[in-house]
Amino acid sequence: MAVRVQTEDFDLGAEAEALGQGGAAGAVVTFTGHVRGGADDVEAMTLEHYPGMTEAALEEIEAQAMARWPLTGALIVHRVGRLLPGERIMMVATASPHRKAAFEAAEFLMDYLKTRAPFWKKEEVGGEGRWVDAREEDDAAADRWS
Amino acid sequence: MKVVYFAWLRERIGLSEEVVEAEGLATVADLVAHLRAASDAHALAFEDMAAVRVAVNMKVADYDAPLAGATEVAFFPPMTGG
Repeated sequence: MAVRVQTEDFDLGAEAEALGQGGAAGAVVTFTGHVRGGADDVEAMTLEHYPGMTEAALEEIEAQAMARWPLTGALIVHRVGRLLPGERIMMVATASPHRKAAFEAAEFLMDYLKTRAPFWKKEEVGGEGRWVDAREEDDAAADRWS
Repeated sequence: MKVVYFAWLRERIGLSEEVVEAEGLATVADLVAHLRAASDAHALAFEDMAAVRVAVNMKVADYDAPLAGATEVAFFPPMTGG
């Protein structure tokens, strides 16, 4: 179980491979979030976070997932700084003997991370910066686990 | 105690952190009232508290949370990671 906050990119394949090592994991599920450009006209996105609290919050979320599902491993990697459309923002990966727990736990990690980990996104559109608003759907998605 | 700001609160106030004398401040709400009086920028940032979240010692807290033992209080908008 691990959390990392970093500016540099990560190797999704290598992370998933590492989490599946050891033989106990029959299933590894990964989710990767990318900067969405396209129809949103987003030219870049800058991610800010609260050093110290971020790591503690992510560890707490991961610990809850480990307590709730029979996981053999879990990983959260989240990037900060300025990112361009298409770039990877973050990933979660879960490993479990069976797929159902791995799928559910990955979704739980994402839903909790979006509403409980202190990250903030600022988009650049037409050369102007604007802070991304929190979405009510994200709160609803997190609430369904409680 | 140390008060830290993130995202648009940091931009609006023009500071990422400041030190505030904790004496006489019992709760987060007391601290907000104190900060509002500090400058026009503070008053503007804390205009709509429904848009502001708070953490005391790096744990999410309510406005009526006590400040006893608080060394760091953070103000920020709702989180938008992922």
